[in-house]
Amino acid sequence: MRRRRPRRRPRIWRVTILALATLYFLGPLAASIRFSLVQSNGKDGLGNYAQVFHDQVLANALWTSLELAGLTTAVMLLLMVPTVVWVRLRLPRVALVVETVSVLPIVIPPIVMGAGLAELQLHAGAGLDTVLFQSSLTALTPFYVILALPFAYRSLDVGVRAIDLRTLVEAARSLGAGWFTVILRVIVPNMRTAVLTAVSLTVALVLAEVVIAGTLLYDTYPVELVNQSQEQVGLAVALSVISLLLTWLLLFSFTFIGTRRRRRSAIFGRPAGLWGGNP
Amino acid sequence: VGGVAVLDRSASGGPAARTRRGALRGPWLGILPFALYVLLFLGLPLYEVVYGAITTSGGSLTWYNFSQTFREPYTSDFLSSLRIALETAAIGGFFGVWLACAVVASPPHSPLRRIVGSGAAVLAYFAGVPLAFAFIATLGRYGELTTILQHLGINLNDTSFTVSSLTGVELAYVYFQVPLMVLLVTPALEGLRTEWREAATGLGASTFGYVRHVAGPVLAPAVLGAVLLLFGNAFAAYATAYALVGDTVQLVPGTIQNLMSGNVLVDENNIGLALGLEMVIVIAFVMVGYALLQRRAGRWLR
Repeated sequence: MRRRRPRRRPRIWRVTILALATLYFLGPLAASIRFSLVQSNGKDGLGNYAQVFHDQVLANALWTSLELAGLTTAVMLLLMVPTVVWVRLRLPRVALVVETVSVLPIVIPPIVMGAGLAELQLHAGAGLDTVLFQSSLTALTPFYVILALPFAYRSLDVGVRAIDLRTLVEAARSLGAGWFTVILRVIVPNMRTAVLTAVSLTVALVLAEVVIAGTLLYDTYPVELVNQSQEQVGLAVALSVISLLLTWLLLFSFTFIGTRRRRRSAIFGRPAGLWGGNP
Repeated sequence: VGGVAVLDRSASGGPAARTRRGALRGPWLGILPFALYVLLFLGLPLYEVVYGAITTSGGSLTWYNFSQTFREPYTSDFLSSLRIALETAAIGGFFGVWLACAVVASPPHSPLRRIVGSGAAVLAYFAGVPLAFAFIATLGRYGELTTILQHLGINLNDTSFTVSSLTGVELAYVYFQVPLMVLLVTPALEGLRTEWREAATGLGASTFGYVRHVAGPVLAPAVLGAVLLLFGNAFAAYATAYALVGDTVQLVPGTIQNLMSGNVLVDENNIGLALGLEMVIVIAFVMVGYALLQRRAGRWLR
């Protein structure tokens, strides 16, 4: 369709911008990897990576973060899958309201959420205090679910809209399935990709969230990473390289499985994890 | 599938008719858990922010907290937050559009497109702690680029530049703003029809004329909307700055964190909350502007 223009000028600017972009974007990545390979004794080697497994404080923090990620994902799915299905099925008129409410947390920066929680912690009465703020799990999970809402809603809604929801539900119901069975065994398997996308984005969010946990002084993995960087930069960079690779693997293994058959330009557009991406 | 639909429409007609009275309340009960959850866990911290921002520590209404935020040092924090958001949005927007143009100008199925597409999608997620550490590894005191420059006779450590500064934060922010811009504007650029170009050329327009009178006006709302989103993104961002500089960073989020964990004076908490509420207001405006521009952009592109 597009005619190739015989002029040379466009080629030059294209090559220039692409070369500069490659340098700027790959430079810090390469530097991270190179930097993490310099051991604390000054020699090159995998010492920083080996040390990861010997650091008890880090291991504990990582375990806390993994627990948080699992719990947040579970609550998010329990809350959002039935809601999204129900809204599309029975309350299409309020779909816009639910969507708006789900997107609302985007307007609230993590630091403001953290400030609100710090204040809540300060003023909480005995009852609320002991229930909510007794551990990092109970204190952070409910609010991480809120932070995950915008993109969890978006990906689940896309999934629900892509299937013939009404037919599936009515078929299952008329065969005697209860709502629990309908959702778990009919709807969820049909929107696997959407569910997996929502899960991977939520997990990525929780594993990277540092602002709220840092403000409330909970020792999660990213917070511990920042603390470590004060003393052992090499170790911290090595860890961030690992977590970076894991996050990308997590985010894009699911996304690419799902979009392989679709048009490639499906990649572009507003990324689901904006703001959730912990910039 | 069609047969099933017909079959069970008649089957589900019965019970639906029988429970008509319950059906009135039934559908609304379905979103009750969601409504309650949001009300509780979004409402509670938000209430604390708003309530704290407009009251004294004793609980009486006051304008004091807000009036304090319009004094030093808070004004300069707010201004530098706005400035960083504006600058990184402008730089990210400029290079993002440029990069997106380079991509869209390449043939639709070229590997370049695929690489930049997935690269941008990946890099837009590269933020927060790992990004900060990557910049420390690059431009820190013992960073790789610092070392390379030292061999070339340029000693960064002798200059006033350090990566743990507002300049460093800005450099790091641009790193995720550019890919974000590429992701946001590529669909709009792809939406430009070849026919428009051909029609303009056929009527005697130069490339500049085409951009000035056709492509520019059609793309303007989409590009402006994307830049606005970048602005909000950088304004709300804190994780990268927190890992790079710490809470001493001269940005509103850092100040809020300082005030909230300061434990110096109780009233300072409330100034932090007032600053937080002001951040929310700024971003709310950004999102409304973005929504309006998106609607305007949809007029020609889709």
